[in-house]
Amino acid sequence: MASNTETSLQGRARHGLRLDTALAEQILVRFIADAISKFDFTRAVVATSGGIDSALTCALAARALGPDNVLALMLPYRTSNPASRGDAETLAQALGVETQVIDVSQAVDGYLEELDDPTTPVRRGNVMARTRMIATYDQSEAFDALVVGTSNKTELLLGYGTLHGDMASAVNPIGDLYKTQVRQLAAALDLPASILEKPPSADLWQGQSDEDELGFTYEIADEVLYLLVDEWHTADEIAAGGYDADLVAEIRRRVQHTQFKRRPPVIAKLSDRTIDRDFRYPRDWGR
Amino acid sequence: MRDLRVALAQIRPRLGDSAHNLATHLEYADRAVKAGCNIVVFPEQSLTGYFLSDLVADVAVPRDDASLSPILDASRDIDIVFGFIERTADHRFVPAAACASGGRLLHVHQKVYLVTYGLFDEARDLAPGRQVRAFDTAHGRQAMLICEDLWHPTSAALAAADGADVIFGLSSSPGRGVGGGASELGSAETWHALNRLYAQMLVCYMVHVNRVGFEDGVNFWGGSEVVAPDGACLARAPDFEEALVIADLPDSRLRRQRTRLPLRRDENLELVSREFARIAAERRDGIQH
Repeated sequence: MASNTETSLQGRARHGLRLDTALAEQILVRFIADAISKFDFTRAVVATSGGIDSALTCALAARALGPDNVLALMLPYRTSNPASRGDAETLAQALGVETQVIDVSQAVDGYLEELDDPTTPVRRGNVMARTRMIATYDQSEAFDALVVGTSNKTELLLGYGTLHGDMASAVNPIGDLYKTQVRQLAAALDLPASILEKPPSADLWQGQSDEDELGFTYEIADEVLYLLVDEWHTADEIAAGGYDADLVAEIRRRVQHTQFKRRPPVIAKLSDRTIDRDFRYPRDWGR
Repeated sequence: MRDLRVALAQIRPRLGDSAHNLATHLEYADRAVKAGCNIVVFPEQSLTGYFLSDLVADVAVPRDDASLSPILDASRDIDIVFGFIERTADHRFVPAAACASGGRLLHVHQKVYLVTYGLFDEARDLAPGRQVRAFDTAHGRQAMLICEDLWHPTSAALAAADGADVIFGLSSSPGRGVGGGASELGSAETWHALNRLYAQMLVCYMVHVNRVGFEDGVNFWGGSEVVAPDGACLARAPDFEEALVIADLPDSRLRRQRTRLPLRRDENLELVSREFARIAAERRDGIQH
């Protein structure tokens, strides 16, 4: 790690977020190969939206397991941007991975039509994300594969994802990479330009944009999160360092309020040895 | 010391599967024998894996446990330094490094500094050792230290003061720090600096063996190395990959460097021990500096 000689807080954050892409690629490719093989699998399924997170995950999985062992699953809904599907197909072709397209419109609409109350965009978005999760896990059984997840560190910390939806996976290679680091690694892996350049969107409804919805850019969010999380700065220190105090407070509030999304469901303790509290065995037990 | 050919066994232990890992030890020891080595060195907790949590109670064994006898048997052909969790007679669990030689355990070092911060939680499950001692072998005086022990320079200084010509550092060092435009992991950079510093300033051979593989998403980066008393890296294992790396540690290199740089001769142990004793006494009396 090169020493951080930047003096301004912003300079320190930008320096700290600069990724050694070759090293990160090496670790993540080995991680995927290890995590899949130690549970006696050889294959992976990645729900591939055409966005940069799933594209990077798919590319890393293809390097780790060989393209024949990766299924890029495309799960469009009738309102999905057709360009997303095109980007996902371009990516799959470039990587040489297996592909499958399953339109989830009927499954989603079939459920929504059963409801009496008019649903909100957020509820409909969650239903879509969770329907895609069902399809992804079902196809992982058919493909004899584990589900490789696509949630990055920024999304996870902000809680900007659907619990048991897009957040669901067996193995997550990019969960310790901030969004701007995902972009650096994706560029280093020469992913298609259309994927690298388009504005980030969950594409759950037409015209949706992550940054409009969040109210700030990923660049700013990553710098603030990096200073809060990785550098242990207080919100006051970050604000004094030149970041908007309200924005810092909002980001910090989001991290705190969504902590439950990053933890397994809470278990009421009764016995002397409760799962994950004082029954503490590693996931890789015996492997 | 006598000229020493050392094998660095950079393995990937299976977490909580001592029987599997024991077989790996015997296989690497056999390869080291065939390469004409005098000693083979394994990483920290090489028999058990590292992030054990409650598995500690399952894998800990007394140092005279029958399960270790295959290693003792193999040590008739080559000295074997390995890591395990020792269950003491009063049922504490202590991370330990053992040197098997000639069919018996020559020395056991119990990890002095447990690491309980950041991603580490050792003191939750383990008890610390209380001694740093060098020990005599057929090839000279050696010492073993375990990972966090070496993040306290006093441990290495004690081993050297006690006469170790070779210090074996056994690690399970997780790779972390890929930001900041780095060209190498932050943890790797620190270890390489430490190994070189100790070898040069304590004028001894530094043999650092780190493991590879992943446990629950944490990578161990390998990069095991031997550093000569003059600071030269004599051998380095690849990052992230299992390897058996061999290096020759000649006495002449040690002799010549101690002639050039008689730092050990000049070390003022009387002063150091007096001042440490004073500071320790003042801390006991509640005086903090």
